[in-house]
Amino acid sequence: MIGIVNYGAGNIFSLTSALQRLNLDYGMINTEADLEKYSHIIIPGVGHAAAAMKKLEQTGLVNALKSLKKPVLGICVGMQLLTQHSEEGDVKLMNIFPLRTKLFDKQQNIKIPHMGWNNVEFKNNLLFEGVDNQTQFYFVHSYFIEYNPIFDIATANYGIRFSAAIQKDNFYALQFHPEKSGAAGERLLKNFSTIKQ
Amino acid sequence: MLSKRIIPCLDVKDGRTVKGVNFVDLKDAGDPVQLAWQYAQQGADELVFLDITATHEKRGTTIEMVKAVARQLNIPFTIGGGISSVADAEALLNSGADKISINSAAVRRPALIQELAEAFGVQFVVVAVDTKLTGQGNLVHLNGGRLATELDTLSWIKEAESLGAGEILLTSMDHDGTKQGFDCRLLDQVCSSINIPVIASGGAGKTAHFTEVFTQTAVDAALAASVFHFGEINIPDLKKELKTYGIPVRL
Repeated sequence: MIGIVNYGAGNIFSLTSALQRLNLDYGMINTEADLEKYSHIIIPGVGHAAAAMKKLEQTGLVNALKSLKKPVLGICVGMQLLTQHSEEGDVKLMNIFPLRTKLFDKQQNIKIPHMGWNNVEFKNNLLFEGVDNQTQFYFVHSYFIEYNPIFDIATANYGIRFSAAIQKDNFYALQFHPEKSGAAGERLLKNFSTIKQ
Repeated sequence: MLSKRIIPCLDVKDGRTVKGVNFVDLKDAGDPVQLAWQYAQQGADELVFLDITATHEKRGTTIEMVKAVARQLNIPFTIGGGISSVADAEALLNSGADKISINSAAVRRPALIQELAEAFGVQFVVVAVDTKLTGQGNLVHLNGGRLATELDTLSWIKEAESLGAGEILLTSMDHDGTKQGFDCRLLDQVCSSINIPVIASGGAGKTAHFTEVFTQTAVDAALAASVFHFGEINIPDLKKELKTYGIPVRL
């Protein structure tokens, strides 16, 4: 069963609706003890990275999340929280991935936020099983995670090449919103739920 | 590559879709959930719901509608109409809305834009602007174009951006309902003045109008209501046509 970290940052309703459509059971994680109840963990998130990190710290779950060995999926700001640092609020984050979250550069002649459906090129990964390469997913963000070949499992382009998805051991993360990305997005959530520990 | 978005707009009142909707295979054209689902299946990239519920007491039905839509819909949607506080917006966010659109409340109290952006992030805040060409140039109008303000449209849009708008939904009241095409001239000016996404609205009558607005201006999305509702333009055909002009679309 999927546990959703309930730290007050974001649109959990859309995520739980997607899981319901997929007939995937889920529950909310409010305490460290709750982490034991679930086989897969999702860290959602929208809004400001520094504000989200503060809320996550207030739950007292940070260290327990970092030491998890079961599959974890960060989505959007929930992805960014897994990196080392964000320029949004100049904040230190969980540092599961030694990567930096940066603001898109408007000098690249792009509009910020990056909002809409963009192509994703992925590497062979369980998360993307059954999805066509270059499928478009729904993005909405002003900050991105720098491309790094070690952790990158999917890439997108917006003025610059950035990581649309990253993985390190049991930690997975997506910059786009699978719960808002049509059938392909739902497939990703389904795939995540089947990843073995 | 980031696709240009096609956005059908639905008017809702007391939780029901209003305005003529002429969809085949639709059991209940007044059911926003069925309608939204149909549009998502057709390949709409996003939906906008404009809530024209008159009384505050009936706003509860809007919340229930938003939840019902969010349960079914796997593409993003925006809800606008009657939002004048952070609390109004929060109730919609918690019900599954991806973005909210504010119009006259922002004109009356511009700080609302900032409050919403700080509370939920700029990506959540769409500022809708209704504009009409007058002797004094393009001025912002309220109440569906009936009430003129003294605000210059371009200056207001720039101010909205600086206050934290994440996107602008620009409706030309001169073009709205005419089916003679979008206001490309104004949209081009707006796009060159700001650095956030712009949705073009007002004037769509045929496929060529979409081609026009995407080739002549840098808008990110085009919104229309009746041409989609009455089946005059079907979204898959529209997107195929746009693609032949090299306009990036999601097929």
